[in-house]
Amino acid sequence: MPAALQTEKLCKSFGALTVAQNIDFRLEAGARHALIGPNGAGKTTFVNMLTGALAPTSGRILMNGEEITRTPQAARVKLGLGRTFQITTLFRRLTVLDNVALAVAEREGVARRMWKAAGRHGEIKDEATALLATLGLADDALVPAQDLPYGKQRLVEIAIALGLKPKVLLLDEPAAGVPSDESRKILANLEKLPPEVAVLIIEHDMDLVFRFAQRITVLVQGEVLIEGTPAEIGADRRVRDVYLGEGVHA
Amino acid sequence: MSGYTVDARIRWTEWIPFVVALAAFFLLPEYLSLGARILIFILFALSLDLILGYAGIVTLGHSAFFGLGAYTAGILSAKYGLTDPFLQLFFSGIAAAILGVATGAIILRTRALTLLMLTLAITAVLLEVANKMSTLTGGADGLSGVVVAPILGLFKFDLFGRTAFLYCLAALFIGWWAVRRIIYSPFGAMLTGIRENRARMHAIGAPVYWRMVLIYTISATMAGIAGALLTQVNQFVGLNVLGLEPSGDLLVMLILGGVGRLYGAFLGPVIYLIVQDWLAKQYPEYWYFGVGALLITVILFAPGGILGLIDKCLQLFRQKSSVKASAR
Repeated sequence: MPAALQTEKLCKSFGALTVAQNIDFRLEAGARHALIGPNGAGKTTFVNMLTGALAPTSGRILMNGEEITRTPQAARVKLGLGRTFQITTLFRRLTVLDNVALAVAEREGVARRMWKAAGRHGEIKDEATALLATLGLADDALVPAQDLPYGKQRLVEIAIALGLKPKVLLLDEPAAGVPSDESRKILANLEKLPPEVAVLIIEHDMDLVFRFAQRITVLVQGEVLIEGTPAEIGADRRVRDVYLGEGVHA
Repeated sequence: MSGYTVDARIRWTEWIPFVVALAAFFLLPEYLSLGARILIFILFALSLDLILGYAGIVTLGHSAFFGLGAYTAGILSAKYGLTDPFLQLFFSGIAAAILGVATGAIILRTRALTLLMLTLAITAVLLEVANKMSTLTGGADGLSGVVVAPILGLFKFDLFGRTAFLYCLAALFIGWWAVRRIIYSPFGAMLTGIRENRARMHAIGAPVYWRMVLIYTISATMAGIAGALLTQVNQFVGLNVLGLEPSGDLLVMLILGGVGRLYGAFLGPVIYLIVQDWLAKQYPEYWYFGVGALLITVILFAPGGILGLIDKCLQLFRQKSSVKASAR
C-alpha cells in the first residue's frame, strides 16, 4: 500500500544554505506521526515543501503513490492535503464561523459562486457550525477571530484545516505559545481526529508529542537523524544529545 | 458586510441614498449636472471598493479603466457615428474588461508597492497614448463632437441635465445591485478572505490569483461604464479622465466615505465633490488645501472613514442605552 505522503531524496537549499538534505520520509495512511528537531532543523521548510508553498531544489514528493512534486498548492489541497500554521494564520477580522466556512465553501466548490447570498448557503454554515461544536468553539462562532484568547485561536487554526476534510493533515506546532493546561485541550481535540486521517505533527511540547505520536522522526540540520517509535526515540543516545538534552523525557 | 453569518436582506437604511437622489432631482434642479457627476463617481468608487475594500488590492491606476471607457464611448460616437447610449456603454465596458484582464493578469502576480507602481504606470502610459493619438482622441484639446442619441429613442439628453441625472441614477442602481450581490455571495466572502490572509486562502485551496484577476476585471468593467457615462453626460472627453489625478481623487473619496463598507462609496463622492464645488467657488486658488485638510482630519480622527465614525457612534449609543436598560 502506498504511503499517504512520501518524499524521496528531498532537498532544498537557499544559495549555500542547505535546509533539507535527502529527506526520505513516509507518512502511512492513518498514521500519527511526529516530526521533531531543534530550532532551525528545517521542519517548517519541510512542511512548506509538502504543501507546495516552497518548491524543492531536488527530490520527489508522492501522495498516495502519485507524484505531486510540481503540483500547485491549491491542487494539493483538492487532493486532500490540509495544513495548519506555526504562526497563527487566521482571517483575523472575520468571525470564527466565517473562518471555517471559507474552507468548507472552498472544498465544496461554492466559493466561486457570485449570486446567491452566502448566508443562504445553509449547508456550508451548518457544517462549519457543527465542526466548531466538536472543538468546543460553538459559543465563539460569531466572534471576530482576533478577539479570541490565543489558545482558542490555535483551535480555530485546526478547525479551518478540518473544514477541508483532509486525508493528510500537517500540524505545524499546534500548541506553540499555548500554556500547558490549554495545550492539553488541544491534545484532547487532536486525539478525536478521525482515525483514517494521516496526521503529521511538528511540535516542541514533548509531552504532547510522546502522548500523541505512534512514530517520531527526528530532523537535525536538514537531515533525518533517526525514525522510530516514541520508546526508541526516547532511548536513543544521539537524540538526547542533540535535542532532548538531559533531564527531559525519556 | 459579507460572510456566512450575515443577513443579506436589504435594510430600509440602504434605500436612503436613492431616496435622497430622487429628492435632489425634484428639489435642486439647478444642481443636476453636479448631481450626475456625483452619481457617476459613486459608481466609479463602488468599482474601486470591490477590489480595494473587499479583495484588498491597492491601486492608484483605476482611472485607466474609467478613462478607457470614457474615450471608447467618445471615439465611437465622434469618429464612428455610434450614437446609441446603451451600445456605447456596452463597448466601453468590453474595452475596459479587456484591459482589466490583460493588465490584471500581469500586475496581480506582484504585491504591495510593486503592484501600486505598476497600476500607476499603466494609467500614465494610457494618458500619454491619449495625448499623442490626437487624431483619434483630440489630444490635449479634448474630444468634442460626441453625440448621444435619445435613450431608447425616447428620452433626449436635455439642457438642464434632467435626463442625464435619471439615466446615471438608473445605471448606479444597477451597479449597486450587482456589487451588493457579489459582496454578499460566497465569492464576496472569499474576497474578504484574500484581503485578511492570502497565505491562508492558498492553504485552503483557493486559486487566489485567478480569483483576483476575475474581480479586477469585473471592477474594471464597472469603471469603464462609469467613464462612458461621464462622456455621455458631458458630450466631451478631456485628458483629465486619465492619469494619477482622477485615480487619487477616487481613492480620497473612498477613504473619506469608508473603505470596504459599500456605502462609503456613496458618501465619499457626495462629500468630496460638493466640498470641491463649494471651495472652488469660494476660494478658487486654495480649494485643494481644503480638500487636503478634510482628508487629514478624517484619517486622523476617523480611520474607518465617515461611515466608520457613524458606525462607532451608533454602537456607543446602543451600548449606553442597553446599559441603562439593564440598570433598570
